[in-house]
Amino acid sequence: MTKNNAAIHLENVSVRYRTPTERFNTFKEFAIRWVQGKVRSTAFWALRDISFDVCKGEVFGIIGQNGAGKSTLLKLVSRVMRPTEGRVRVFGRVVPLLELGAGFHPELTGRENVFLNGAILGFNRQEMERKFQRIVEFSELHDFIEAPLRTYSSGMWARLGFAVAIDAEPDILILDEILSVGDEAFQRKCLNRIEQFRDQGATIVLVSHNTHQIEQMCQRAAWLDHGQLQSVGDAASVVQAYRENQHIN
Amino acid sequence: MDITRTPDLYYDSSARGTAPLEELREVVHYRNLILQLTRRDVMTRYKRSVLGIAWTMLNPLGMMIVLTVAFSNIFRFETEYGYPAYVLSGLLAWNFFSQTTTAAMVNLVWGGGLLHRIYIPRTSFSLAAIATGMVNLSLALAPLVLINLITGVPIKPAILFLPVSMLLLAAFALGVGLLISTFAVYYPDVAEMYNIALVGWMYLTPVIYPISILPEAFRFWVVRLNPMYYLLEVYRAPVYYGRLPGLDILIPAVLIALIFLVTGWIVFTQKADEFSYRI
Repeated sequence: MTKNNAAIHLENVSVRYRTPTERFNTFKEFAIRWVQGKVRSTAFWALRDISFDVCKGEVFGIIGQNGAGKSTLLKLVSRVMRPTEGRVRVFGRVVPLLELGAGFHPELTGRENVFLNGAILGFNRQEMERKFQRIVEFSELHDFIEAPLRTYSSGMWARLGFAVAIDAEPDILILDEILSVGDEAFQRKCLNRIEQFRDQGATIVLVSHNTHQIEQMCQRAAWLDHGQLQSVGDAASVVQAYRENQHIN
Repeated sequence: MDITRTPDLYYDSSARGTAPLEELREVVHYRNLILQLTRRDVMTRYKRSVLGIAWTMLNPLGMMIVLTVAFSNIFRFETEYGYPAYVLSGLLAWNFFSQTTTAAMVNLVWGGGLLHRIYIPRTSFSLAAIATGMVNLSLALAPLVLINLITGVPIKPAILFLPVSMLLLAAFALGVGLLISTFAVYYPDVAEMYNIALVGWMYLTPVIYPISILPEAFRFWVVRLNPMYYLLEVYRAPVYYGRLPGLDILIPAVLIALIFLVTGWIVFTQKADEFSYRI
């Protein structure tokens, strides 16, 4: 694979968390230990020497058990975290569709939250004004857009969040588990929109426990286990290897 | 078009410039976010109260009345233009400092969840806290001018110097806010300790009393070792004394503000990569 068609390029990426052997909740405790020279920590590698590429325009799946390092990997790609070692390169605008409406404030109206959330995604005011109508239309929340968000149901909340995020028109879309946004009709609408994205050539990274979903939606997949890359390749065979392994254990 | 030349569309974790400068560039890019966060903070604070934004002005006025009643009967402070305007100007500057630094820390530690989910410049919360404080401090000018007029404190052209005083105060508060935020990420009890420290610090600063009541020897220590003294006097000079701050006050104030701002910015941005491992 040439670099030219890579959307995400991971090169010997490792992430190390330091967990103190003893937990210091307070500065006082820490200070006492530090004076005694007893501050120790153990290193925990959440990811170890991971290298692979995600190509432009493909739907790429990531599977693995809890604690395998999936979320850490997503954080690297969405710039939330820097790798302890190795190199992460991302070509294009990334929008993580996780925990929708994370930056919403309950006291603000739907409209105000749309602008706030847009700013979190890095858009300026003019750009958001252009997007606003489309976002409201997609979310189907015309009648409630001037009401404070605390009056919204959780479904409405997520719908607005999804509408803002999807309107960012990212080159790379990150999905952590398939969305459970609003009712079934709206979920279908979201999936349609995601498929439309894929058809337009966007790259999609999908993280899921559901191996069926990975098989159905993804061309290629990676399997992580305790921070190690077990295999990467076409989705069907990676999923199969993962299942066999699960079976044995 | 070479995509790797568009910072918006290309990210390389190993192409790392100097953290403090890189953060500055990101802040400029994300300026709309800081504006929106400020809007949010200003609007939500009073949204459900009947008097709304008026509280920004009523709060220091209430404090002023309480302190004036208490102190004009117990102690008799000699101040140039009367106690109410003296204590009000002191309280406004002090409250700005204590509220913004606390908010910078609390926003990062409690609102830091957002930093886990999506990339935003790590200094956004601190900057928004300072900007919110500046809005409040500007609004509070209305009651301050009113009290000046009522109690006969002359308003002189020197008041035009006030924006400079406010900016110096903001720079200092941002520096301190960033420093304690960095600590608070690692040790949550720093927040509690800071609250206590603030109370002590306030009483060591001539906020509610004039410096003339302090014994000569003590006065030296309070003045020399307390950065807030200089910044407070720089704020008070144009609004209360109606004159420009003297150079013996202004120069230390500018130096203190810049040193704290630069130190805070560097320490915070150097450590910021570790925050998402921590918060």
